[in-house]
Amino acid sequence: MNGETILDVRDLHTHFFLRRGVVKAVDGVNLTLRRGEVLGLVGESGCGKSLTALSLMRLLPKSGARTVRGAVLLHGEDILLRTPAAMREIRGRRISMILQDPQTSLNPVFSIGDQLREAFLRRPRARLAEVMKAAVAALRRVDIAAPEQRVGQYPHQMSGGMKQRVVGAIAISGEPEVLIADEPTTALDATIQLQYLKLLKRLQRQNGMAILFITHDFGVVARMCDRVAVMYAGRIVECGPVRQIFEAPAHPYTRALIASVPKMNGAAGRLTTIEGQPPSLMDLPAGCRFAARCVHAEQRCREAYPGTFQVGEEHTADCWRLDPGVSITGCHPERSEGSSGNGVSVRERSLAALGMTSQR
Amino acid sequence: MTAVERPQADDLPVPVSTRRLWRALLWPGRGATGAPRTSRVPWVPIVIISVIVIMALFAPLLSPYSPIDQTLRDKLLPPAWMDGGSDKYFLGTDAFGRDILSRLIHGARVSLIVALLALTAGGGVGLVIGIVAGYVGGIVDSVLMRLVDAAFTFPAILFALLLAVTMGQGLGTLVIAISLLLWASFARVIRGEVLALRQRDFVALAKVRGCSALRIMLTHILPNVLNTFMVLVTLNIGVVIIAEASLSFLGAGIPPPTPTWGLMISEGRGRIADAWWVALIPGIAITLLVLSVNLFGDWLRDRLDPRLRQL
Amino acid sequence: MSVESLEADHKSPPTGDRPLLRVERLRKHFELTKGILFSRTLGHIKAVDDVSFEIRAGETLGLVGESGCGKTTTSRMILNLETPTDGQVLLEDQPIHGLQGAALRAFRAKVQAVFQDPWSSLDPRMTVCRTIAESLIVNAWGDRASIAERVRELLLQVGLRPEQALQYPHEFSGGQRQRVALAAALASRPKLIVLDEPVSSLDVSIRAQMMNLLKDIQAQDNVAYLLVAHDLATVRHMADQTVVMYLGKIVEQAPTAVLFDDVRHPYTKALFSAVLLARPNREEEEIELAGEVPSPLNLPTGCRFHTRCPYVMPHCSQQEPALREVAPGHTVACHLFDGNGSAGFQPAPARSAGS
Repeated sequence: MNGETILDVRDLHTHFFLRRGVVKAVDGVNLTLRRGEVLGLVGESGCGKSLTALSLMRLLPKSGARTVRGAVLLHGEDILLRTPAAMREIRGRRISMILQDPQTSLNPVFSIGDQLREAFLRRPRARLAEVMKAAVAALRRVDIAAPEQRVGQYPHQMSGGMKQRVVGAIAISGEPEVLIADEPTTALDATIQLQYLKLLKRLQRQNGMAILFITHDFGVVARMCDRVAVMYAGRIVECGPVRQIFEAPAHPYTRALIASVPKMNGAAGRLTTIEGQPPSLMDLPAGCRFAARCVHAEQRCREAYPGTFQVGEEHTADCWRLDPGVSITGCHPERSEGSSGNGVSVRERSLAALGMTSQR
Repeated sequence: MTAVERPQADDLPVPVSTRRLWRALLWPGRGATGAPRTSRVPWVPIVIISVIVIMALFAPLLSPYSPIDQTLRDKLLPPAWMDGGSDKYFLGTDAFGRDILSRLIHGARVSLIVALLALTAGGGVGLVIGIVAGYVGGIVDSVLMRLVDAAFTFPAILFALLLAVTMGQGLGTLVIAISLLLWASFARVIRGEVLALRQRDFVALAKVRGCSALRIMLTHILPNVLNTFMVLVTLNIGVVIIAEASLSFLGAGIPPPTPTWGLMISEGRGRIADAWWVALIPGIAITLLVLSVNLFGDWLRDRLDPRLRQL
Repeated sequence: MSVESLEADHKSPPTGDRPLLRVERLRKHFELTKGILFSRTLGHIKAVDDVSFEIRAGETLGLVGESGCGKTTTSRMILNLETPTDGQVLLEDQPIHGLQGAALRAFRAKVQAVFQDPWSSLDPRMTVCRTIAESLIVNAWGDRASIAERVRELLLQVGLRPEQALQYPHEFSGGQRQRVALAAALASRPKLIVLDEPVSSLDVSIRAQMMNLLKDIQAQDNVAYLLVAHDLATVRHMADQTVVMYLGKIVEQAPTAVLFDDVRHPYTKALFSAVLLARPNREEEEIELAGEVPSPLNLPTGCRFHTRCPYVMPHCSQQEPALREVAPGHTVACHLFDGNGSAGFQPAPARSAGS
């Protein structure tokens, strides 16, 4: 599935400037998004995933948050350098976003049709009659029954799941190449969530969109994503194909996180927990940010932040225990230079270093 | 494949257009980048308020003359820096030869006392009614809110005048009249807060732990609306001062010769053309006080609002 | 309530066979009215409609369902925050509604709650110590010193440091606030704690800590839990019995181990299938329900689930199915299981959650 790279995020840093200090909410994030794939961005609250999304869209809250470093290359062009007007051109058209809370995503005083039409009218050479039809068609596309009637309704007359579909319809109305979905199903019931995820997948296949799917729920990741990036304290600590992440997570944080999720099978006893708290983003440690809570932490881990090491094909993690003497930067799908190729794959050696075999 | 190094933060262009610069100048709340200028302590208003409070507290010590002594010989003298002014009377004298400065200082005391009493009475009543209406709800809420509606529709100044006529002029009447002006708006705002508070889980949990409605209102609801109450108080000081001034102006306030700023304006009204200082100086004093209190109240509200506390 | 009487209650001999809590044919209907002086009834919301179950001392009952199923309303009735329209709730064989004064306070000491949102569960203007001590203060449990000592004990029990007693809620993280809420619930040594989505608002790694803590406390203090949750995996880890609700009615009920091994009701099956397993590429097993959840104002006739059921039969829209026992302790309300099996209609084999 090696499509072309549409979105390339390089060394993104977004900081909050408070009176008390600087909060380094996003501190060196590297991501790539390819055409037609779904990349999951997983992490707990406070890790910086939502802010990463807002930084990409350049929708950071004006009070004190700024992207201080890095590049966001959309088809090779750095959109961080665009003027606000130029950014408005592409927001909604080439890069679009769905937010978490359907209650607040829609304006309660305008009808659904009005809000859809607003999205369509932004297109060049849009004529009102066509726009009206397009709105109804958009609703039909997101599986809303009786769209002609729904078009005149108001948000409060719809359920959460339906509202989220309308939000989705608005988001894809510009036929974007990149869709950022920030926890779109967190507020939805389980059965509605499943419907919605299937819808998203279908739309994605039809449009050939790339989706950056932000969530804290590993179940959603397993269902939706082709690749996963795990975020902790402002940085991506592991990135790879979804099967590999689940079957052989390389970074201790990822392993601990997956282990602490209650499962539907296996023993129903005590759950493994992660001791301690994430570090304060104003006062980050010099070395690996997970070292304070990591059962495998060594001196090296506390001294310097680990490089990015290859664990398997397209699978990287930032952990010193994976160091075979080779390092690359960024969550890039290409193989690193200098892999040893002496019969034992890099992956096997890395996993052995972590005390794991490839079986779960 | 190394990450491309980007220039440091300061190099990234932050377009500060002329529009933004104008906005920064005219709009005290925001700086040039558009981010709110948060919690900049309003020193000038605080100084002005402090000066007035000191004037009120130490009036007998500070005022050069008695505010009610008449020296008809020296009537209608302009302020000291003007032609015909005398160094004896720094801000001039009124039609009865009374020193404006002394009257101003003593007037501060009266105004602030009235403000304090009226805010305590009106605000206190409004607070209680707001809490009860908001928490108890149902028919009690309906009845109390209809009372509030009635209070709003009633012409307050007229009612105050009526009171003055029936109960006689004096401090008590004035305080009652102004309290009646205030309580309804306090009640309505506090009720709104309480309605929102009631939905919070800790209220239901207090019930689950066995708290009676009265206990919940006293120990949970009241402390959580105090912030709003304090802000309401500071924002209404201006209203009260002006109400007192208006009522005194209309002759329904404290009877002369006790100086109040409103009364001084009233007395100087007829002579605006030739002896403008008699009315204008207390007018300026009122303006300064109300403006300072409003700016201070705004700042206080911003500070106490927890959402902005982060920044 | 003196120190002695609360202690004595706690040490009373175990009631053996009698369940701690019995919910019998509970109903709650909300009326929608218009107008203040002369109100007109527009319609009824049958939020809870004929719900019955039992909880034994020291056990956990999981109440599962999606939004609008009535689980929260049921839990509020058990907490005596709402009065039922019909039916009754019995704690140790005593009806709990209609209590006043001392009897009400006694009840309240025995049944406590922890709610979902750690940010709204604590009064921001009260120290943590004062919040935890609240039920003790209300019941005049003891003097300041003994209350302070009890608060210390409780903080330790939930894994917080006693020095933090005089701090305010905003100085704590979400997980810690939830622990404070739990300490406050434990203060009066309740027999039953209603846990309304206690971990849904917490981070993934904190959830595990909280769930372990809840289980530990249950083992230590022999307290029963009513766990209201929408997440089946949480219920699996914590509940001994599971009750599944849909639009105000119980559709399936069984001991958790039994239910997770042998799911019968089509809604429960869909719910299980909607639990996204942390395992990629299992799409072939998914059941996608058609349509939206019906509005509670306009409930479907007959079985409330028939509008979305993949196994719907003509009979389903005409008559509501009754709860029938299909296996020991396992009841289902579905026409597929009327009279021991199909009525000429083969349901798909029961899906095992472990596969």
